[in-house]
Amino acid sequence: MENFVNIYLFGKEYKVPDNLTIMKAMEYSGYQLKRGCGCRNGFCGACATIYRVKGRQELKACLACQTKVEEGMYIATLPFFPLVKKVFDIEKISADQQIMMQLYPEIYACVGCNACTKVCPQELNVMQYIAYAQRGDFKRCAEESFDCVMCGCCSTRCPAGISHPQVAMLARRINGKYLAPKSQHLADRVQEIKDGTFDQLIEALMDKPVEEIKELYNNRDIEK
Amino acid sequence: MYAEQFQESLKAVEAAREANIALEPRRMTADEKDRLLETYHPDYRMDQFDVLTAGPNKGEKVPKELAAILQAHSRIAKDSVDLNAPDYDVDVLIIGGGGAGCSAAIEADEKGAKVMVVTKLRTGDANTMMAEGGIQAADKPNDSPAQHFIDAYGGGHFAAKRELVRKLVTDAPECIQWLNDLGVEFDKDENGVMVTTHGGGTSRKRMHAAKDYSGAEIMRTLRDEVLNREIPVVDFTAAIELILDENGNASGAVLMNMETNQLYVAKAKTVIIATGGAGRMHYQGFPTSNHYGATADGLVLGYRAGAKLLYADTLQYHPTGAAFPEQIFGALVTEKVRSLGAKLVNVKGEVFMHPLETRDVAAASIIRECMDRGNGVDTGDGQGVWLDTPMIEKIGGEGTIIARIPAMYRMFAKYGIDMRKEPILVFPTLHYQNGGLDISLNGETPNIKNLFVAGEAVGGIHGRNRLMGNSLLDIIVFGRNAGRMAGDRCKEVTVGRLTLDHIDRFDAELKAAGIETDVVSPKLLPKYTPDFKYVCKKAEVR
Repeated sequence: MENFVNIYLFGKEYKVPDNLTIMKAMEYSGYQLKRGCGCRNGFCGACATIYRVKGRQELKACLACQTKVEEGMYIATLPFFPLVKKVFDIEKISADQQIMMQLYPEIYACVGCNACTKVCPQELNVMQYIAYAQRGDFKRCAEESFDCVMCGCCSTRCPAGISHPQVAMLARRINGKYLAPKSQHLADRVQEIKDGTFDQLIEALMDKPVEEIKELYNNRDIEK
Repeated sequence: MYAEQFQESLKAVEAAREANIALEPRRMTADEKDRLLETYHPDYRMDQFDVLTAGPNKGEKVPKELAAILQAHSRIAKDSVDLNAPDYDVDVLIIGGGGAGCSAAIEADEKGAKVMVVTKLRTGDANTMMAEGGIQAADKPNDSPAQHFIDAYGGGHFAAKRELVRKLVTDAPECIQWLNDLGVEFDKDENGVMVTTHGGGTSRKRMHAAKDYSGAEIMRTLRDEVLNREIPVVDFTAAIELILDENGNASGAVLMNMETNQLYVAKAKTVIIATGGAGRMHYQGFPTSNHYGATADGLVLGYRAGAKLLYADTLQYHPTGAAFPEQIFGALVTEKVRSLGAKLVNVKGEVFMHPLETRDVAAASIIRECMDRGNGVDTGDGQGVWLDTPMIEKIGGEGTIIARIPAMYRMFAKYGIDMRKEPILVFPTLHYQNGGLDISLNGETPNIKNLFVAGEAVGGIHGRNRLMGNSLLDIIVFGRNAGRMAGDRCKEVTVGRLTLDHIDRFDAELKAAGIETDVVSPKLLPKYTPDFKYVCKKAEVR
């Protein structure tokens, strides 16, 4: 038997099956979603949602596609939040602390309240990655923020007005481009292709009768 | 923790684990695979297909749900908008803000073209964002583009357009380098050597990844780059009809604000369709791993205007969609789980196939195990088989799951399943549109000039089945290519008088074919709301 719970969508009461996610509960209640719905799988951050359970003090944030309804939930979706995204030229920036000071100086106004961390639906240590960014430790900032889906819940709670996901985005791009070790085998292969090293091999496949390619395919050796 | 009903089977899986890890299951022969596919793969269920009787692919079969929106009416009449007063006038109009659309935008911008992206949701709301496993490129010494060619072409059942496969595999390493240089954080060892694994059907370990957020990492980086270049993006705005000029060349699109329904005219010298896939059409009632907006819009736009489809009858059912719990039913369990060593195990604890067969073979094999052999696990909502994830920790060492597939761990942990200690339940889910609009090597449709297509909306790159990691690759290779080609082409285009005459032309064709329908398309979004019409009649609402 299905069990039902009462939830409040934007303050209005609805009765929904208790095994639904918030997103599916909204649809069950008749909302045809346009905003606040993306990958439906916890990767895109479109469905940031805040809620408070009746009788409890704590304000919580979650992804609507990843969170089951519970009795007495007061739900408000947050389909857009005005994050600040600073424009930069990835080819020209320097991979040091200067760039953070220049683009996101507000991170140095962090008061250490940790509200960002408490609210993160991905359970990231948000305040910690901001601390790494302050120090110009982009590698650690990138690692600590890697699972960020950029939903913006952290930024809604920040008294310093920090756009944490954008700070982390900058750190990850710097790390990926400038700090991570270079891949020599990749550079070599790109050069070989430019030099035409494989042209003959590939050309030989272009006109080969299908039966012969089948032979090649079915008998190819497979790396262990 | 699983409920009591699963415990008996779980014990069998656990008891056999050590032996199953050691087991190297035999790979199927070509004949065995063919028979398996014909008997169990959804693409071969002929009662689920309709033959098209109107449009460029008349006489060919496509899924029933796709036929219904291809052979449908436009959302607008041709005089709904004033084509003489365009709201936007650009060089390159890109429809879709996913991986292919953003790659195209960056390259067209690089060419100096005036670019605009329209997307019916947000930039990055796309299947690219959800691609977990990785991206292929033959950049290791024991590998070559030719080896990659054979894998991709063979995996696609020798049906792909060879010149497209050649481009896919030859451009691959350079595309990885391009992404790396944009700041994508690929998994590397301390010497910079890319950490690469197998995918189903690969003969070399050439799957590059960024943990199991590979697509998300690529997508958010591309989106950031589009923003850095200040390329205009019109979001929550869908293209609902292509505009041709008097010479029949693509010359823009009619756009619709998703929230207000206001219509706009975008005039353009070139148009790139990068609208993605079709999982949300739920062909044959399958659940899907796809993004909310995956409704085959680009196929509809192109088809009505006269562009041809290729292999629109072949879909990819990812063998491992989540089968339990219900909240994540159909969600993708990345193939990387199998790449890392987890095997597929039936209700009795038996390994019933090699875990790294191609996706279509693996899906058909799971369906056979459940439907025919009665070896599936009853999930309460259907059937599934075990994917024995604790094997990964035994093979790769403790901590491998958190380090390599954190998103998977997170997805199941939310529902109280610790995949490090307990296996997970899977069943095939609708994952990818193998077919799509036919393109030439330059990314342009052969029958409508100045109309380019990139990404999942293209047919022909992967033949009749796509290998893991070749889709993230294809959106980058062919997205960039389309952007460059359109960026060059626009310099020599003079747009003639704009028309929407093709709407009437297509309607006449429907009529001549005796098709009576009140369906309008593109569909834009799936409908998951209940139908309240019996509760609340329209007249009463007014």
